[in-house]
Formats: sequence, structure tokens, C-alpha cells
Amino acid sequence: MIQIEYILIISAVMMFAGIFGFLTRRSTLAILLSIELMLNSADLNFAVFNRMLYPNGHEGYFFAIFAIAIAAAESAIAIAIMINIYRKIKGISVDKLEKMKW
Amino acid sequence: MEYTLLILLLPFLSFLFLGICGKWLSHKTAGTVGTCVLAVVAVLSYVTAYEYFTAPRLADGTFATLMPINFTWLPFFNGSLHFDLGIMLDPISVMMLIVISTVSLMVHIYSFGYMHGERGFQRYYAFLSLFTMSMLGLVVATNIFQMYMFWELVGVSSYLLIGFYYTTPAAIAASKKAFIVTRFADMFFLIGILIYGYFAGTFNFGHIEGGSLVAVGDFSTVLGIDAEAAKYIPVALGLMFIGGAGKSAMFPLHIWLPDAMEGPTPVSALIHAATMVVAGVFLIARMMPLLIGFGAIGGLDVLSIVVWVGVFTAFYAAAVACAQSDIKRVLAFSTISQIAFMMVALGVCTELTTGHHNPGSLGYMASMFHLFTHAMFKALLFLGAGCIIHAVHSNEMSAMGGLRKYMPITHVTFLIACLAIAGIPPFSGFFSKDEILTACFAYSPFVGWFMTAIAAMTAFYMFRLYYGIFWGTENKKLHAEHTPHEAPLPMTLPLIFLAVVTCVAGFIPFGHFVSADGQAYDIHLDWNVAGTSIVIAVSAILLATYIYIGERQPVADAIQEKFKSLHRWAFKRFYMDEVYQFVTHRIIFAYISRPIAWFDRHVVDGFFDFLAWGTNALGFRIRGLQSGSVQKYGYVFFIGILILLGILCLAVF
Repeated sequence: MIQIEYILIISAVMMFAGIFGFLTRRSTLAILLSIELMLNSADLNFAVFNRMLYPNGHEGYFFAIFAIAIAAAESAIAIAIMINIYRKIKGISVDKLEKMKW
Repeated sequence: MEYTLLILLLPFLSFLFLGICGKWLSHKTAGTVGTCVLAVVAVLSYVTAYEYFTAPRLADGTFATLMPINFTWLPFFNGSLHFDLGIMLDPISVMMLIVISTVSLMVHIYSFGYMHGERGFQRYYAFLSLFTMSMLGLVVATNIFQMYMFWELVGVSSYLLIGFYYTTPAAIAASKKAFIVTRFADMFFLIGILIYGYFAGTFNFGHIEGGSLVAVGDFSTVLGIDAEAAKYIPVALGLMFIGGAGKSAMFPLHIWLPDAMEGPTPVSALIHAATMVVAGVFLIARMMPLLIGFGAIGGLDVLSIVVWVGVFTAFYAAAVACAQSDIKRVLAFSTISQIAFMMVALGVCTELTTGHHNPGSLGYMASMFHLFTHAMFKALLFLGAGCIIHAVHSNEMSAMGGLRKYMPITHVTFLIACLAIAGIPPFSGFFSKDEILTACFAYSPFVGWFMTAIAAMTAFYMFRLYYGIFWGTENKKLHAEHTPHEAPLPMTLPLIFLAVVTCVAGFIPFGHFVSADGQAYDIHLDWNVAGTSIVIAVSAILLATYIYIGERQPVADAIQEKFKSLHRWAFKRFYMDEVYQFVTHRIIFAYISRPIAWFDRHVVDGFFDFLAWGTNALGFRIRGLQSGSVQKYGYVFFIGILILLGILCLAVF
């Protein structure tokens, strides 16, 4: 049986990779991918804690599935926004997105 | 007599109606509404007067002071002092009701002709209604505070009516001048009222009951005021007199009245001859028992101030009137002079008794009598002047002369009014002026002779005016281009009515209605005084006839040439306006107002501008923090979490 620490380490790596990507990437698409990465690390935590600590319960699985569904919907909206941004400024880099500044 | 409320309410409703709906009414409808309402008001006033004066007198021989309506409007916290509103009927207020409603009705009818086709005809009638309401409210006021409220309303409606031709710069300047000067005087009036209210403990007027001074309503408190507080009553009365002097155009607050002639002529007749300008006289008459009872305490004799201000004003105005060429200006200065006569008459009233056996009390009745007769004949003169201006389209005497051929009705009625103001029997002015002169002689021979001399000047300048308009040098060129014509019926009808009143008003037994202590007595002509004044008036008229009747006027020209500088001084009103101009602009504006304005603009405004500028600059500096980039926020957020985590770890271990 795989030890819980290994899975948590993978989850933490995913989380920090997501945070790093979110803070440093300039493309909105890459930022969206980073957000997905963070969400998935959280989902992984839900699943593994449920499996290892409370084997008789199902709340963690449900919550993970729920979060995946929400993330899918959110991605759809985010990509729609990006398409609109692309139409306005001919690009999706956040550096160029200064329309609503000040 | 609750219906007296309608006397105030109807003109007010007519003002609202004409003011709001006037736009959609034709000239004819608007004028008819205004005039009909005024006719009803006049009838109600006559009914009131009839009922009031035919009611049986009280046991002590006076007419009862009625208060059909009186309620507390604004109580103060301590409860003893309160502002009341209501209607008070006593002999002088009932007399004023008749004067105001009659003259106002005549002016309403007259304006139909005079203002025919003017732009803003409906507005004109609305303002006339407002003025009538305020003036009627002023005279029936139950206390000094209500009087003050209507006093200010009168000032406002006068302002609106003087500035009726609001496209003419002169009219705007005149209306502002009238408002500011009277308002300046009213400031003293208000201070006087407040001092009076504070020290007397009431805003009510005093009056006489059973020979002793009592007040309407709760005046028993006044009788109880201690000697220390009583010292301030003369100060209050003196300040009130300044307010009255402003409204009644006493020197040196007279400067607004001649300029107020920029308004339409019927307005001059109503406001600046017959009603509003006598408000000051009415005020002094109202305060008479107090002036006699308290006026001389503390080394300040208000009544003698009234006398000397009045005497000087009467002389000054008569002197200026002799040299004016604008007919309305002549009439304006003659109004100032005549009002000063009334003031003097009130000032020489030193005791509240009755009859010619006690000449000290004659002035009160004489003043009110002159107010009554003067209102009628001066309104007649102004309305006549309006007809003349209507006919020749100019105010200047040079455009007139020889008009008797063209305007017979105006000529005759104007002559009657001139004879009345000159004091020729049997016209009304003779009787009232004679009473004033008798009262003056009883006060001091100097005042008596001085006022007689001014009466002679009155006769002279009025007949100079009369000959200048109807005889004298005719402006043939102008009259050939545009032949003067008699005014239409709505304009001549009021003239005829007022002329009839002027002929008969002198025979009213005025002493039966109004006297210093309310007792009835018969007016008794003092033939020494009457004879002197008749002789003097007739000789002044003959002198004016000799100088001004001819086609060529060598004597007048010679006199004018000989006293050139004096004539110029009188023509320029002894440079009083220039003095005011100098004092206000060169001294008050330059040395007080400008520095204060500078302080306000640079120091006060500057401080707040600096605050605004500082906030703005700071915001500009730190706006970079709010970059709008979510990533930067996330970065700061992340660092914040790390720091908090660090603190948490330190705290745990």
C-alpha cells in the first residue's frame, strides 16, 4: 500500500507548481492551467484523506467530484472571457490588459 | 367679524391663481379676476368699517379693540413669549383697510387701461394682489412680529413691482436700491423688536384703556417691568423708528423712493404714494402709547427725534421738488415731504387726551387724517400723471405744456388734487394739513412757522408742476407729430372717483373715528392757523402762476440763471445719491468689504483648496499600488500568507 506521505508530497508539488505558474506566467491561458493544477491538488488531498483516514465515509470523494465539475464550468467561462479579450486587444497576455486600470 | 379673514385670504388666493395659471389666461380674464377680487375685498372692508364704527362704544367712550382671530403660532420654550398671528380691528387699522382697498381697487381698474397690451400683464396683476394682501396684513397685525412679517412681504412685492420692466437696467437698479435701503432699515427694526420682546416680555402693542396704559392681550406683564428693563424700551422704539423711516423714506433713508418711480405709474400711485410708504407712519402711530409712556426714559426722547427728522425731511424734499423736471420725481419728492408732515404730526403728539382744549394730543388725529386724505389725492395725482405719460410717452415736463386742451378730465382732476395738496378749502388736504399745523404751533412756534413755510413751498412746486404740464411752453413739434389724447374710460373713471373723494373727504368728522385716546370729538378749525395757511398757500400759488403760466417764462429763467448753483444742487437732490455712492463704494466697499473679500478668497478658500489639493496629490502618488493586475495581488497575498505562517510557527514552537 502506498504511504499517505508520498501522495501528499505529489499534491504539495502540484500546489506550488500551480502557485508559481499563477504568479509568473503572462498568458491568461497558462494562468488558467495553473489554477486547474491547484484545484486538482486540492481534489487529490480530499480523495486521499478520505481513503486513508475515514475509509467508511464518502464525503471527500463527493467533494472532489463536485470541485471537478465546478472547475470545468469555470474553465468554460474563463475561456469565453479570454476569447473576448483576444478580440479586443489581439492577444491574451495580461501585460497588455490595461483597459480597466485606474 | 370672522369674515375679515377673507380680506386677507382673497387677494392671496388671487395671487396664487394668477401667478400659477396666469400663463394660460388672456389679459382680459386675468385683469378681471384681479379686479373682481379686489372689488370684493373693498366691499368687505367697507362692511367691516360700517359694522365697526356703528357698533356701540364702550362705557368709557372708546371703540372696542376687536380680535376676531388670534392664535399662538410659535411659542417659545419658556412659554411667556410667543409669536401670534391674527386680525386686530381698531380705529386706525379699520381706517387703513378702507384706504388700502379703495386705492388698490382704483389702481386695479386704472391698470386695465394703462397696462393694456403690456407683456407680463398677468404677472402684474398677480404682484398687485400679493402687495394688497401684504399691506392689509400689515395694518391688521395683532402684534409687532406679525407686522414685521407682512412688512417684509410688502418690501418684497414692492421690489417685484418696481422691477416689473425687468429688461430695463434702470428699473432693475431701482428695485435693488429700494429693496436694499429698506432692508437695511428693517434690520434695525428687527433688532428693535427683539429688544422690545426681551425686555417687555411680549410682542403685543400697547393701547389706552380707561386712561392708563395697557396692552392688548397679556400686557399686564409690561406694566410690571422694572425700571432697569424699562430703560431699554426707548432704545427699542428708536430702532423701530429707523425701520419706519426706511419704509417711509425719511431723510437720510429717502434715496430709494425717487428711483422707485421706474416702476409702472399705477404701482407708484398704489405703493409709493398711498399705502406702503405710510407704513412707517402707521407703525409710529401704533407704538404711540408706548412712545408717550416710555419714549423719554433714559435721556433718549424718541418723539423729538421723530419731529426733527420729519421737519428736516419735509424741508429737504420740498426744496428738491421745486427743481425737478421729471413729473413723477416731483410727485415722489412731494410724497416724501407730505409723509414727513405726518411724521412731524405724530412727533408733536405728547399726550393721550382729547380735543382742541388739549392741543398736545391733536397730532395723532391730524397725522391719521392727513394719511387718509393724502392717500386719496396723491393717488389721484399719480394716476393723473400716468394719463399724461400715457398721452405724451415721456416723463419730462419739456415734452408737455398746454395739455389742458387735449385732456380735459385729467386736467380738472389734477387741478383738484393740486388744490388739495396746496391746502385750499374746501378740498380735503386743507383740513388735514390745518390740523397738523395747529398741532405744530402748539408744540413750538418755530416748528409751526417752519411747517407753514414748507406748506407754502408745497403749493408753489405743485403749481409749478401743474402749469408746466397743462399751461406754459407747449412742445408744439412733438404734439404735432403725435397729438395727445384723453385717456380711455378705465383710466379716467378712477380719476373722477378719487377727485370726488378729495372734494368731500375734508368734511368727514374724522375726530369721531380716530383720536389719540379714542374719545369722539369735533374737529375745530383754528382760524388763526387756517387763515395764515390759506393766505400763504394762495400767495404761493399766485407766485407760481406769475412765473410759470406764460408761453415764455422770463422770470423763471432769470431766477434759474441767478441762482444757478443752488438750482443745480436742488436738481441733483443736493447730491445725496452721490454721497451714498461715495460712502458705500469709496469707504465701505474699499476699506471694509474688499479686505474681507480678499481674506475670504485667499485665506479661507485657500485653506480648503490646499486640503483638496493635498488629498488629490497623495492619491496620485499611491495609485500605482492599485495596479489592476491580479497576479501582483496574488503575489502580495502569497507573501502575506508566508509571513503569517512564519508567525504561527514561531508562536507554536
